[in-house]
Amino acid sequence: MQTEREATAQTGTGTAQLPQTTEARNPGMALDMDWVRAAQANTSAIERRAATIGTRRSLKKEHQAAWLLKAITMIDLTTLAGDDTPGRVRRLCAKARQPVREDILAALGVEGITTGAVCVYHEMVPTAVAALKGTGIPVAAVSTGFPAGLSPYKLRLAEIGESVRAGASEIDIVISRRHVLTGDWQALFDEVREMRAECGDAHMKAILATGELGSLRNVARASLVAMMAGADFIKTSTGKESVNATLPVSLVMMRAIRDYHERTGYRVGYKPAGGISKAKDSLIYLSLLKDELGDAWLSPHLFRFGASSLLGDIERQLEHHVTGHYSASYRHAMG
Amino acid sequence: MTVKEIFDSMDYGPAPESAAEAMAWIAARGGIAGNYVGGKWGPLREDMVLSNPATGERLAGLTRSTPDEVNVAVAAARKAQPSWAKLTGHQRARYLYAIARLVQKHSRLLAVIETLDNGKPIRESRDIDVPLVARHFYYHAGMAQLMGSELPDREALGVCGQIIPWNFPLLMLSWKIAPAIAMGNTVVLKPAEYTSLSAMVFAEICSEAGLPPGVVNFVTGEGSTGAALVASEVDKIAFTGSTEVGRIIRRATAGSGKSLTLELGGKSPYIVFDDADIDSAIEGLVDAIWFNQGQVCCAGSRLIVQESIADRFHTKLKARMATLRMGDPLDKSIDIGAIVDPVQLETITRMVAEGGKDGEVYHAPCKLPDQGSYYPPTLITGLDPAARLMQEEIFGPVLVSTTFRTPAEAVELANNTRYGLAASVWSENINLALDVAPKLAAGVVWVNGTNMFDAAAGFGGVRESGFGREGGWEGLLAYTRPVRKARALKPIAPFPAPASATGPDLDRTAKLFIGGKQARPDGGYSRAVWAKSGKLLGHAGIANRKDVRNAVEAARAASGWARATAHLRAQILFYIGENLSARADEFAARIDAMMGGRHGAREVAASIDRLFTYAAWADKYDGAAKPVPLRGTALAMNEPVGVIGAFCPDEAPLLGLVSLMAPAIAMGNRVVLAASHPFPLAATDFYQVLETSDVPAGVVNILTGPHDDFAKALAGHLDVDAIWSQSGADLSAMIEAESAGNLKRTWVNNGLARDWFGAESEGREFLQHATEVKTTWIPFGE
Repeated sequence: MQTEREATAQTGTGTAQLPQTTEARNPGMALDMDWVRAAQANTSAIERRAATIGTRRSLKKEHQAAWLLKAITMIDLTTLAGDDTPGRVRRLCAKARQPVREDILAALGVEGITTGAVCVYHEMVPTAVAALKGTGIPVAAVSTGFPAGLSPYKLRLAEIGESVRAGASEIDIVISRRHVLTGDWQALFDEVREMRAECGDAHMKAILATGELGSLRNVARASLVAMMAGADFIKTSTGKESVNATLPVSLVMMRAIRDYHERTGYRVGYKPAGGISKAKDSLIYLSLLKDELGDAWLSPHLFRFGASSLLGDIERQLEHHVTGHYSASYRHAMG
Repeated sequence: MTVKEIFDSMDYGPAPESAAEAMAWIAARGGIAGNYVGGKWGPLREDMVLSNPATGERLAGLTRSTPDEVNVAVAAARKAQPSWAKLTGHQRARYLYAIARLVQKHSRLLAVIETLDNGKPIRESRDIDVPLVARHFYYHAGMAQLMGSELPDREALGVCGQIIPWNFPLLMLSWKIAPAIAMGNTVVLKPAEYTSLSAMVFAEICSEAGLPPGVVNFVTGEGSTGAALVASEVDKIAFTGSTEVGRIIRRATAGSGKSLTLELGGKSPYIVFDDADIDSAIEGLVDAIWFNQGQVCCAGSRLIVQESIADRFHTKLKARMATLRMGDPLDKSIDIGAIVDPVQLETITRMVAEGGKDGEVYHAPCKLPDQGSYYPPTLITGLDPAARLMQEEIFGPVLVSTTFRTPAEAVELANNTRYGLAASVWSENINLALDVAPKLAAGVVWVNGTNMFDAAAGFGGVRESGFGREGGWEGLLAYTRPVRKARALKPIAPFPAPASATGPDLDRTAKLFIGGKQARPDGGYSRAVWAKSGKLLGHAGIANRKDVRNAVEAARAASGWARATAHLRAQILFYIGENLSARADEFAARIDAMMGGRHGAREVAASIDRLFTYAAWADKYDGAAKPVPLRGTALAMNEPVGVIGAFCPDEAPLLGLVSLMAPAIAMGNRVVLAASHPFPLAATDFYQVLETSDVPAGVVNILTGPHDDFAKALAGHLDVDAIWSQSGADLSAMIEAESAGNLKRTWVNNGLARDWFGAESEGREFLQHATEVKTTWIPFGE
């Protein structure tokens, strides 16, 4: 099943990169407060584990190149700026379709590599959908009053439907951090549950804004509640918080995902976002993912990077692998 | 594999560190590991072969040093020692600093050679062993610098013989050499026969650092060479290795006057409470028992998990074990490397095959390499404390597991072992974790962590895990001694019965004092105590082995004393002083009558003074918070040793007894005191003072009689934690030999005298012997 899924992913046709086209979608479950309250996260121990993942695993030569290509297929190529224009978004979509120079891909003996998705604000969704037509690359829209999630609740819910109707097949919602900080897990559950209902067939990534949750224990508990409420992915950050994706936070969220899978049988995806800009960092994340969650998650169906500048570094590393010479950024097309 | 194939499989692939430079280094030096003595190489003979456990291939030849060759090395160290000790601390600090820098400069060579020789993953030798080695030399460069100002009353021991194991060849070398040479000692070190190569690189570093010839010497070989080093003219033996060999060394050095520290085996508990961060606790086990293939003396090898979470914990643990990567230790993506030698592999295999039947054995589904010594990570569940594998050290990647119901039961299970090296406690409840940590019989406790080490934090065990600490200020005690003029102790015989005796005015019956009660001697024998004048002063009981048994039982039962507040212990010591003061004249007269002198009043006054000293110390002998490189702290706490048997000096019947009793009980120990044999009646009068001073029953027990009669029973008693001897009888050798049974701590006079009235007979030296430093690592952060 694994091979088959990967094979479709490479062809770049159809809806290959839609999350969980080959996984049963997480339907959610009733809020289980015993489970939520029992979740623990020992920060110091988590940091120690996170600090050594990069030294326990090393990828060389062809393996490094192959893993970097895989990382590209997992990138939600993102632009979330106030000055986004249709032109800017079309350029980004072009990059999503052809993230690596043809000659480099040819030298590596692979084809059909695209990014995992393109991620934009609602107003840019139609432009992106049009630009990606026929590629199978999904368009993700950030939603629900992104990034703070403090606009009127009804409008936040309505925003989801608007984006879905505009063609977004993935919705990145933001949770109300205040529900976590005040310990109102029921309110968090209800909110995410209703947002999931609004998403319909579109897949929902729940952004926890981990940098604003105060503790890793809160991250663990919020992760569980979001999954219980039916999130298809849990995602660290909007990219707008002062602290975004980190390895310790990732470890906590991955372990929550593993627990959820152990108990329910459903695989929920993970998306670290913000702050991952180096090829080497992406390999560390993928090593952590492989070791903590297993090979099933090493696929764009279950893992995404929310990143904008990561791709550029990976391109340079790939050219270095092919030519043996260190590369320059201007040798690669901008997105 | 093509890029596309890897893209589909997402395997890690090989990431080997090159062995070329290291092999070239060995070849360029003749391909033989051998002696480095007086700054020169030799002899270098191929008596044996060093091989790479990962492949079985030959790495180098190894010289098996003869006793004569060992003696040559000791002579070189002896010759170098006086001028090395005479250097200023700053001058020695410069050498240690140079060594630290050179270790860093040669870090990759050291790491690769260590991995080739030992089989440990290159990640560990590169990221853990070598950095800790450099750290140890930096830290002790500082100790050399500060010795003059901070340790003015201590001096080097002389020549130290050091024997180290194969599990951390370079790290153990640094733990031994750095404090020794910082304090002005010179050393002869024997690396383990499986792993002698990194010591060769280190010898070259010593030369590059310009270390004076003879300060650091290496002799290679196996057990016979080690035995020759133990028997040689050294002043100290420091040994890290098995408890079995530790016992042999203890017996071999008994009575030689050689100082001894032993860092031995363990079966360290790893306690997981139901409120722990379970995933982190499981990851901790990877670092506890699958670090260095489990060949770690302090490995958390005994999992004690709360029954309510045990099934889920074991399931998760097995899943984690399945993702451990085993293989070529030079590969940078390997978690588990090779077992050091086929002999060790055979031992592990046999132990699991035999002992595993008591439980359920789970081997991680790792693919074993086709060649080399490998053993898969293994978990054995369902074992009870009585199972052999719950008690015996396996020294391999094998975790045994049992369950508990309550915190009290967890502590009981954890302490149900002859060992006491390290322990881990996992709980998110600070009250629980910090309550359990001090109750564990271990020299090191990690709260929510495992296998944390630092030069600033003491490391070492209790019980049969050995004695002495390595690291920190406490580690320097093992390489220094108080500056003191040695004088031979003159034996004192009791005054003989006169031709015509004069009886006492009224018969007074001196008894033994056991468990807070006056007790007749079990044997029913007494000795008449005569004054010099020929007057019969009274009778003193002659204690036998049953009295020893009863006294030790009473002392063990008084364990509440260790938990009494320091303030309470101080109050009671003051009170003893007050009550002795009230009867000062009577005691002075007694001493004068027994000894035939007129110093009684002075001795009583000094005794009261000394009681006040330790009343003062009781709540002031502080522990320390060590600045370890961690967000958190490592607390060094002075814990009582436990039950101490003490043979009091003959020559100061009251002051001598007080000088041993007071520091011991001030620190929370319970004592069994053997009173001055020629002059026992001050001690027997003294129990009346104890009785009126609120001393809980069993805290102080007093025996009388010839020390030789019951010394063996006391020194060999397996529930006594330490023996001190300031006896006039020649007991030192026997006590040290008998102590090997449970490796109790010993502190003997070796026939040397002390001025009991002087400052040398009170204070820190006594408090140090009355305590064990327990280091509790408490990482924190939210």
